[in-house]
Amino acid sequence: MPAPAPAVEIDGLVMRYGGTAAVDGLSLTVATGSITAVLGPNGAGKTTTLETCEGYRRAQEGTVRVLGLDPVRERRALLPRIGVMLQAGGAWSGVRADEMLRHMASLHAHPLDVAMLVDRLGLGECGRTPYRRLSGGQQQRLGLAMALVGRPELLFVDEPTAGMDPAVRRTTWELLEEMRDAGVTTVLTTHYMDEAEHLADQVHVIDHGRLVVSGSPFELTRATGASTIRLVVTEPFPPEAPASLQEALGPATEVTAIGPQSLLITGPADASTLAVVSAWCERHGVLPESLSLGQRTLEDVFLQLTGRELGDEALETAR
Amino acid sequence: MTPASGGPGAVTSPFSPAPGAAPYLRQVRAQARMETRLMLRNGEQLLVALVIPILALVGGVVGAERGGIELDGRAVDVLTPGVLALAVMSTAFTSLAIATGFERRYGLIKRLGASPLPRSGLLLGKIGAVLTVQVVQAVVLVAVALALGWSPSGGWVALPLALLAAVLGTAAFASLGLLLAGTLRAEATLAIANLVYLLLLVGGAVLLPRSSYGGVGELLAVLPSAALGDAFRAALVDGSLAAGPLLVLVVWALLGATAATRLFRWE
Repeated sequence: MPAPAPAVEIDGLVMRYGGTAAVDGLSLTVATGSITAVLGPNGAGKTTTLETCEGYRRAQEGTVRVLGLDPVRERRALLPRIGVMLQAGGAWSGVRADEMLRHMASLHAHPLDVAMLVDRLGLGECGRTPYRRLSGGQQQRLGLAMALVGRPELLFVDEPTAGMDPAVRRTTWELLEEMRDAGVTTVLTTHYMDEAEHLADQVHVIDHGRLVVSGSPFELTRATGASTIRLVVTEPFPPEAPASLQEALGPATEVTAIGPQSLLITGPADASTLAVVSAWCERHGVLPESLSLGQRTLEDVFLQLTGRELGDEALETAR
Repeated sequence: MTPASGGPGAVTSPFSPAPGAAPYLRQVRAQARMETRLMLRNGEQLLVALVIPILALVGGVVGAERGGIELDGRAVDVLTPGVLALAVMSTAFTSLAIATGFERRYGLIKRLGASPLPRSGLLLGKIGAVLTVQVVQAVVLVAVALALGWSPSGGWVALPLALLAAVLGTAAFASLGLLLAGTLRAEATLAIANLVYLLLLVGGAVLLPRSSYGGVGELLAVLPSAALGDAFRAALVDGSLAAGPLLVLVVWALLGATAATRLFRWE
């Protein structure tokens, strides 16, 4: 069977606001039937990219095809086939959750059973509370339900689990996985590493509006055979420390400073590497507080490729 | 349909894609129904739509009986057309502007922009809601007026003439309301829509005929509020077509619609 056409094809997309490029020559594809994560820090251009796919914005340069259609010129044909979850808002201020969901259902030809969706996303707890007084997590769940209710082929969800508590995040992930099993393609933006690692078949890491790297979470974290060593020391090390450790370890490993007292060492985490690290500590009078070995995470990949972290919030979640 | 990658479970999954838009008219009906329901649920808007017009009618009639206001004819006969005009204005302008301002603020208009409902359907839904609320207002206000002894003197032709005035007045005020809601922040829209309503209620020759305003009465003729009031009074008192005021409403509707089309920002 030939591979189906990609659900989304973005080629050389450029979107500028004022003088700065929010998206700067981005090219990527989303395979039909996959969950694809667009991962990057705040301001990386994720939402702009998503909204261009949804037809809200016209591509300034490059081309965007969604389900084979031009999202602006062929918007009317496209919209019934996609489900959209905005990063925030999207309902009347005084509407009740079930009422809003029933309304969205009535705009579609073959909607999902609203009661089932209310049950699956725990929206029953919202009762008669108007939208403006729902918690952030409840608004997120309603937004997701509104994206699903029209039984779309393709789902665009912008930061779907921001503001959700851990248990609800799990349920949401399960629901998105169930959608994939039913044949729905999902494109999600996130700055949560664990979300991308857990959920995505394919991850596109973007930063400053450019694609940094693409691959499955497995490819990105394991394919190089590399592992990581995190070294945390008791006092801030001198600025030249990373370079001198790098020199001691040689080119097979890579040393990145991730804080004034912690270093990330990527490479073969074998006995000889550990011996070099401890000898280096001894020579420089550095007292290790902790030395931990682990597999590379997407967080590490991002850090190495961009030289910066995704943000404190994301780091906390990833650890 | 997309071939499912998830094995046998895919066949029975309720989530299997089945995309499609509902028929256009069904979408418009659903939209109008929701907008009506939410408009009637909002206490502040009910105050503007019903309570203030009723107070104006009852207060005006009682005041005239005590000799506070001098009118050309029985107070209830002169005031009722003005109160109906006020009701049209309150819903088409104030309620619509405030509702739309908060729809923008809460991202509803943006979200519906990614739904199967086209922009024309959204607009038709709003028109449907405004007209429905106006029918409710008319029923209540006419009942109150009849209870106060109102006897409309325009004959049978008064009804279509009043409806024409209501439609043109709704077009003028709704386009101005959407212009306001589409260009300002929701809070500013709320304040200005209420303020303009009060200013026109007092000084806009909507409730009372322009002759009650002395020398400035002639100048007021260009206001949409005075034009709507004049058109209603001509229809329901004399049974005549007020060509000048209706033309003023058409001009306001064209100006408002042109500006709103150009300047309305969805986000």
